[in-house]
Parts: sequence; structure tokens; C-alpha cells
Amino acid sequence: MKVGKTANEGIKDTSNYLRGTILEGLANTSTGSLSADDQQLTKFHGIYQQDDRDIRKERRKKKLEPAYSFMIRVRVPGGVSTPQQWLDMDRIAKEHTNGAIKLTTRQAFQFHGVIKSNLKKSIAEINEALFDTLAACGDVNRNVMCNPNPNQSKVHGKVLQLATEISDHLSPRTGAYHDIWIDDGTGEKVKVTYDPPKIDDIADEEEPIYGKLYLPRKFKTVIAVPPSNDVDIYAHDLGYIAILEGDDKIVGYNVTVGGGMGMTHGNEETFPRLADLLGFCTPEQAVLVGEAVVRVQRDFGNRDVRTNARLKYTVERMGIDAFREEVEKLCGFKLGEPRDFKFEHNGDRYGWIEDHSGNFHYTMFIENGRIYDTDDYPLMTGLREIAKIHDGDFRLTANQNLIIANISPAKKAEIENILEAHKMVDSYERSALRLNSMACVSLPTCGLALAESQRYLPDLITEIDEIIENVGLRHDAITIRMTGCPNGCARPYISEIGFVGRAPGKYNLYLGGGFHGERLSKLYAPSVKGTDAAKILKPIIEDYAKNREEGEHFGDFTIRAGYIKATENGRDFHKDFVEPELAV
Amino acid sequence: MSSSNSPLPPEKLLQAQNLAAGLTQDQANWLAGFYSGIGFATGGAAAPMTSGAKTPLTVLYGSESGNAEKLSGTIQKTADKAGFKTKVVNMGDSKPADLKKAENLLVVVSTWGEGDPPDTAVDYYEEFMGDDMPKLDGVKFSVCGLGDTSYEHFCKMGKDFDSRLAALGAERVFDRVDCDVDFQAAFDKWLNGAIGALPSAAVTADVQAAVTAAPTAVYDKANPYDAEILEKVVLNGTGSIKETLHVELSLEGSGLTYQPGDALGIYPVNRAADVNAVLAATGLKANAKLGDKTLAEALQFDFDITSLSAAIAMKYNGVVGSNDLEAAIAEKATFKDWIWGRQLVDLIEAYPFKEWTPESFTEILRPLAARLYSIASSLKAHEDEVHLTIAAVRYNSHGRDRVGVCSTFVADEVNVGDTVRVYFHSNNNFRLPESGDTDVIMVGPGTGIAPFRAFVEERAATEAKGKNWLFFGDQHFSYDFLYQLEWLDYLEDGILTELTTAFSRDQKEKIYVQHRLMEHGAEIWKQLEGGAHFYVCGDASRMAKDVHQALIDIAQEHGGKDAKQAKDWLSALRKEKRYQRDVY
Repeated sequence: MKVGKTANEGIKDTSNYLRGTILEGLANTSTGSLSADDQQLTKFHGIYQQDDRDIRKERRKKKLEPAYSFMIRVRVPGGVSTPQQWLDMDRIAKEHTNGAIKLTTRQAFQFHGVIKSNLKKSIAEINEALFDTLAACGDVNRNVMCNPNPNQSKVHGKVLQLATEISDHLSPRTGAYHDIWIDDGTGEKVKVTYDPPKIDDIADEEEPIYGKLYLPRKFKTVIAVPPSNDVDIYAHDLGYIAILEGDDKIVGYNVTVGGGMGMTHGNEETFPRLADLLGFCTPEQAVLVGEAVVRVQRDFGNRDVRTNARLKYTVERMGIDAFREEVEKLCGFKLGEPRDFKFEHNGDRYGWIEDHSGNFHYTMFIENGRIYDTDDYPLMTGLREIAKIHDGDFRLTANQNLIIANISPAKKAEIENILEAHKMVDSYERSALRLNSMACVSLPTCGLALAESQRYLPDLITEIDEIIENVGLRHDAITIRMTGCPNGCARPYISEIGFVGRAPGKYNLYLGGGFHGERLSKLYAPSVKGTDAAKILKPIIEDYAKNREEGEHFGDFTIRAGYIKATENGRDFHKDFVEPELAV
Repeated sequence: MSSSNSPLPPEKLLQAQNLAAGLTQDQANWLAGFYSGIGFATGGAAAPMTSGAKTPLTVLYGSESGNAEKLSGTIQKTADKAGFKTKVVNMGDSKPADLKKAENLLVVVSTWGEGDPPDTAVDYYEEFMGDDMPKLDGVKFSVCGLGDTSYEHFCKMGKDFDSRLAALGAERVFDRVDCDVDFQAAFDKWLNGAIGALPSAAVTADVQAAVTAAPTAVYDKANPYDAEILEKVVLNGTGSIKETLHVELSLEGSGLTYQPGDALGIYPVNRAADVNAVLAATGLKANAKLGDKTLAEALQFDFDITSLSAAIAMKYNGVVGSNDLEAAIAEKATFKDWIWGRQLVDLIEAYPFKEWTPESFTEILRPLAARLYSIASSLKAHEDEVHLTIAAVRYNSHGRDRVGVCSTFVADEVNVGDTVRVYFHSNNNFRLPESGDTDVIMVGPGTGIAPFRAFVEERAATEAKGKNWLFFGDQHFSYDFLYQLEWLDYLEDGILTELTTAFSRDQKEKIYVQHRLMEHGAEIWKQLEGGAHFYVCGDASRMAKDVHQALIDIAQEHGGKDAKQAKDWLSALRKEKRYQRDVY
């Protein structure tokens, strides 16, 4: 395979299957940093180097280098964790990180503030907990998400199994991960539990699926179970929509390709895009189809321009039919016609439910996925106490929330007591707006951040809540999402209200996203001050309260009422912007 | 004319050599006298042109911080003028058995820590106290001890030398004097008496006049320089529990110079809070007169009002006459425990006295002494500046917040633009190797880093070719890596050959510099065998001892020595001045 023109292609090419000089960098005790090239490679190992940007200037004056630390993303296929694994993550957070656990928008655990000298130990302990961080980031297939919805508990086990199989199958095979982090002396390759027959081979022994250049760009896979689109199927490179017969039989999957959020400010060649329906496959074919999609992207993706390298641009360029042909060529069979399905929402259903087998599930709201203790709200302690006695599992949702799942009737009262004692019972007694909110990490640690996100959105929602209360919309769900940069970790371009950071304190405001993630939004007002945002939204929200139709969602309303034009295709995302008359 | 030991700069030396070429004997003699006269006129140390039989006198000193060394120079000048032929001997460079050749002997020796000899005099002391020491019949002697009354074993070395000399048969011609930290007056008195008591062939000079006539710099300990603060910054990052200051002072126009390895004395000013506490406890009035000052002013600027020792307590009770206190002091061990963590004000409160007068109270106090700080800069890198690294000492004990007087004076009471009273304190026991080609290994955790910043700056400025290997340690990598950015620059420029760090609190097990030394034992042994110099600066009570032991262990493990050989090897290294310490 030809080495592309981007810097990352060269780094991968010479890295010896993601090894680079990471080991040497870890041994250097005079700096908390790794070399620039190694920082690209560690992403494939689930590790991002960051620094506390709040204190860069202060530290320079103190003759200290930036406060480098590492973010570790733990791969949790389908977001399911055992109570013991929860306790392990809790302990690792306390011993090696800034003390908090972040639940990500892609059903993963994330740790922040791990300094270099503790990195190896942290990764090793994560592996001892039977999780790993391999391919949690980087130009490979990342954590595979699936619907954790306990409403359909009979099929959950099946989609979770598929998520795990895809995750295993598309994991990098390089021994680098073991060589660097596990240090068990065996140097053995990563164990995989599922390895169906290969379709073809690029004669690369170390990486039979990826080859030494891996993919041109990151690759994200999800599985959705209608009517819930909680995983935001259209925002991902590869998606599977489960097609059910009755309430417990999955007859197959509609496969989607070419969704993705990221774009670059000021570059109209980049845009968010919703996934296309590729076709239908049987459960037995699902992994193979996934591998084929990965291989087509591997060979047809743009390796010369990194901002144009995601699968969404490949599909856009080739057209969905040509893309399907390549996939079918590799698979050796034709995909079927997509089946009917219907999504109704992409949020979580909070509170208690009882499933068909008599077990209980409790979905709680975790604001922006941040688990930590405050005097008023000892959330982290409460969850630790639950994990100590829980006999079911924990499920991370795609909306950064948490389900305490499969609680046996015998344990329910005990868990309720713990929830009560730690003030976790009413976690979801908030406005529907807040319960449908998401924010990425952003400042101070994310190197890409242009503006605040998870430290600011809660305050902004408090302001908007006042307007919402006044017009009687407290219980009407509106999706609101914020990211600190245009890369879109919190999937802001498919929310009904989206804020995307441009500069400190300034955001692009997007409106018109579909309530269940079926339509992209459009820029309503560029570079608005965060402090003006509530004022700008106020007349629109009041208009909505007064003039909406029965069951009409906010995103649909803003289009019907003429605030913005609908975005029908990703390539039209930047079109039809109209300078608004703002209320500030 | 030999030029190898010339103190002249090359161009002056060349002029002198040109002048000397082709002179007659008479011309040369005249010129010698002429230059000698210049020496006197400029206060230099040229020997006087006198003739006649002189009484030999040996001045033996054991010096840690350089005070004893400096005073031995004063003794020499005074004694020479009084008609002695004086030889100054450093305990670090000589054998005690040689003392039997001495006719007249004056000893000045300091005491450190728990009654320990100066670092350079450890071997000398052991031998001197040992069984192999020859009798010293016929030797006339007097001893001056240097110490600090706030330590339990005040002037133990002076006492040991004094009694041991007598026990060996030498004749004490003048009683020993034990000097406290403000030693000058007591020392002058001793010198006057001791020289007067020794038999001299030509007692012509007025000793006291000679003492006071000893050449002095424009600024010195008695006449400190008001140095302006140019920069003051806390080096520890936000989140550290440490407070280590980097302070830059201006020497512009002072004519003052120093060498790497020297220390700077700073005269502190007592905190108003401490003055008020003492006034309240004694019942004395702030505006009471003491000489031409108010009592409050005198307590703030002139007296040590915080230190507490058994000696102070005894003086205190000399006025107060409390039976309880007398009984308490008599219980030595218990009283020592009581003193631990307490200050003068606690004594006053515990044993109150109603009849203090400003005079009676201040008479029990010691003068407020300067504190010495190892210099952290080289003049070659910072013209007209001197930099310090000062740890602000703050703690709470017995229900009271307490501080280090001088460190918090610098931290809290003075700012950029203010001046502090300073003087230079030469330390010939802590010097870079004469040759820039010699390798150096430096161990400086915490504020022990200070002189090594000076060393490395000097080695960079002089383009020294030898290797520079620095060991640094502190609590946390992220917050406490003093001067990190500078070290990273030096590493990149190749000036620092290696930087090895030990951060004790970044992981469960404590890791200190001595552990890193052991890890690198083979390479350290190799460099030391290759002639490297080894320097240690910082905490004396634990770190320096552990590093000392690590060196002994390294010699055993990598040098194939047994325990005794390893100890002897290290002693020899010290004698060769290749193992130097500046510990406190």
C-alpha cells in the first residue's frame, strides 16, 4: 500500500507497527512529555498526551514545562462493566489519575491527569481488570457501541455479543501493546476471542486486516436497536440497525456507512455527514461485512489530506453504490434490501424498570458523564458502595449516563438505600433539557479545545432553564449539546441546539437537528458570546412554546418557522446560511 | 619566574615577565619590596618584609561552611604581625600525628548536627580521638570552638579537641572559648588572649590593633550590602504543598563577586506577629526605650526572638529564677522533648515573669543572625546578580503557626524592588574541579539543587568538556521539579549529560535519589574510577547519610570492595576533594 502524504502516514509507516520510540520516551524521567511522533502513536494505544492549558503561562514563569499528563480511554465494548471492573476503575482513578471517572459519549471510561511515570502501571492495572485501551483512539476501529437499553433486555445480550465480536475482530494485532504496557515477559500478541475466516490478505503477518499503515483516519462503529437511536447511528462510520421479529429475535441488521461529525472551521470541504443505508445482512454475516467496510476504507480512503480522510468523504466521493460494490466484492455475497425500522428518540429513559425476567434496571443521569464526589453529591462514593454489593452489571450509555442493570429483586431495596443515602435517587429530576444535554471534555486538558465545554454547559443550561420554566417546557425534551471545537465529540451537529467552540467564550450556534439524530443541524449564528446565548434563544423558545404543533420537536419547529433551512445532506451543511436578526 | 601558580591574569603576567627580564639582583630586590608595598597599600595578603628568628605556630582548622577556615586566615595575619611564623593546616588535608611536630598550636573547629565534626574533618577527628595518636608533650595550645547554642551538642568538637589535647600531654596556655553563631566578639577576645599567652620571640605588635586592622572588604558580614530584589517567584506549581522561592538579587555597583559553591548570608527581620507575641507574653511595652530604639524595633531588627534551646532556657531562668523551670531543665531528655517544636514565646508563656525590663529581657537574647543560602547562580551567566533557591518553612506545632524567620521574611515581607541585607560567605569545601575536563556527578534534591544550577551555569559558560550528571528529587514531578525548563534546555544543548530524577510521592512506594544512585551504580562507579567528582547538597539528617551509604554500597557492589575497603575508598575520595558536600 502506498504511504500517503500526511505526516501521520509517515509516522505510522516507520513506527514498526505502532511501537515508535514510546518505550524510550517512557524511560526519560526529565520530561513528562513524549516525542511528537510518539504522541500520535500512543493514540492507537488509547492514550492522549494533554496538558493543563489553564496554567501553561504560570508554569513557564515557574520554570516548569507545561503540566503534561495523559488521558487514557478504556475500551468497553457495548459499555458493559462488571461490579468488580467498576471497583477496579474506581481504584485506578483514585490512585493514578486526577481522581474522577469520565463516561464518554462512546460508552468508554476515560481517565485524565495520569502522569508519564504512572502510565504503564495504570494501563497494566486496566488490563488486570480485563479491560484494555488498545484502539480506543487512533486510525483504527475504536470502541464498538451498542444499545444498552434494558427495555429490550432479551436482545441486549445478542447485540452485546456482536459488539464484542466486531471489537475483537477489528482490533489491531500488533504485539506493540503487550511489548510496551503489559510487560509480562511473554511479548505475546493481543489475544482475540473471535476470529472468523479472513476474506483476503494483504500478506501482512503482523496486521492482516489493517496493514502497517492502518486506516487513513479514525473509524467508529455502533449497533442500534430501534426505536432507540441512543448510539446516534447516523453519526458513525459503520452502523448496524437491529431488525427484530417479535421482542427477542434479531433477523439481521441494516448496515449504515459514512456518518461522521468532525469538520474544520472555515473549511467548507469538511462537513458533518449522516450515514447512508448500505444494505441488509444476516447476523452471521455482520462481522464479515464490517471487515469488508474497513478494508474498502483502508484502500480507498484519502491518505493525502487528513481532513478528508474519514470514511464519510470516501463514501461521498465514490457514491454509495460504488462503495457497496467494493464491499460486496470482498464479502463474496450481495447485501439485501434494507428493512423497515423506526427510531423515536436518541436520549435515555431514566429511572426504574423491571424486565421480562423480573430483574430491575436503574438509569441515572450523570451530568456530562463526570463521576466525582462533592460534599453535596457523593456520586463516586455512592457508585462504589453499590458496586460492592451489586450482582448485575453497569452499563455506560451513549449519552454519558449510567444504568445500574440486572439488579436482582433481592438486592433492590439495598441499592435503593444506597441511592438514597448518597442523594442519587433524584439524579434525573432535572429539566428535560438538562437530561438531554451532552458536552465534551474540552478545556483545560483537550489540546484541540477552542472554548469551554463541560465546565460551561451546565451553567448555560441553568440560564436557559429559566426561560424554559417560564414558558412551561420543563418536561419537553430538547437535545442540547456543546463541544469545545468542531471535531464533534459530543455530536453537536445532530442535536436540536448545538454549540461549537470558536474562540474563548465564543460559539457557533446550530439549530434544526433531528430529535432522534436523523437530521443535521445548520449554522444559525456564528461566534456568539456564551453569555448572549440564552438571550438569543429566548424568543425562539417562546415562539416554540406558543406556536408548536402537536408533538412537534424543537428542531423540526425551527425549520418550519423559518429560523433556518433544513440540512438534507452533509455536503449542504454550509449552504443556505442566513444572517439572523439576533435578540442581542 | 614560574607562572603556573600565578594569580595574575595572563596579560598582567606577561607584563610582569617582561619587566623582570634582564634585571640586576639589586633592581629585582627593590622591585620585590615595591610590589610588596603595593600589597599592603591595597590590603592584599602579601607577606611583610621582615627578618629575624620567628616562633613557629600551627593553626589547625576544621571547617564546614567556611567560617573556621576564614578565621584561621585572621589568626595567621594577626599572629604573623605578632611575630610568629604561622602555618595554617586544614584537618581535611593533614594527619593528626603531625601535631607532635607543632610547638605552638591554635585550633579553630566547628560542630555540626548532633555534635558531628565538619564533613572534611571526619577522618581526622576519628584518628585524633583514636588509640594510635602519639603523645603531644611540649605542645602549647588553645582551642576556639564554633557552634550554635540552639543545638544540644553545642561546640562539642571544640570541647573534644580541647580535652583530648590536654589528655595527650599538651599544655593549655589559654582557656577554650565556645562561640555561638555571632562569633566575632568572642573570637576576637580568644585570639587576643591566646596569642598573648603563647611565647613569642618578638611580641611587638598590638594584637588587638592587628585584629581590627585585618583587611576587610567594603561589604561583609559586619557591613552587609543592601541588595535589590530583581525577581521573586515560587517555583512549585499549583497543587504542591511546597513553597520554594527563586530569588534574584542585584549586585550592581557593589563590587561584590562570588564563586559557584559559595553561600549568601541574608539578615532577616522578625515578623511583627512574633514581636507582638513576645511583647504580650512578657508584658513589656512596644514603645519602651532600649538605647535609641523602641523595644519593638529592637526586637524586630536586632534579636533572635524565636529560637529556643536549653541554653536559652537556662539564661532565661537566670533572671526568672523559677524552681519549676530549673527542675524541668534538669530533666534533660524530657526538656529536650518539650523544646521540640516550641519557640521562645512558649517558654515565656509557660514560665511567666512579671518583672521584665527591656534590658533584662534582651540580655538573655542572642543577636538576630543571618541565614546562609547556597548560591544558585554563576556570575558568568548572570552578570551583577546572585540567585538563591529558598524553601519557605511553615508549620504548625503545639497549636501555633510557626515559620522559618528568614525564609518567610524573603517570602512574605519583601518584594521586587525592595532590598535585603546580604553578605557573601566563601566555601572552599564546595568547588568545581579545577579542570573543565573532569566529569562531575551532582546530587541535589529539593533546595539542594541550588549550587548545581550555579555549577552547570559555570560549566556552560566556561565550555567545560567534562560530563555533567545531575540527580534531582522532590515530592511530585508535576509540581516540584525545580528549574525543570532550564534543565531541559541544558539537556538539549548537551551541557547536562544526564538528568536522573526521583519523585517520592508520585507512586505508592517512596523513591529517593539514593535509590536512583543504586540503579545507576555501575555507571557511577565507572565515572568515579575515571576521576569524576561527586557532589552532594541538601538535607544532612537523612538524604546525605543515605547518599553516603549508597556510595559505599556501590563501591562494594561494582568495585568488588569489602565494607571496610569501601569506607576507606570513600574517605580517600573525600581527601582528594573529589567527594564534596554542602549539607544542612
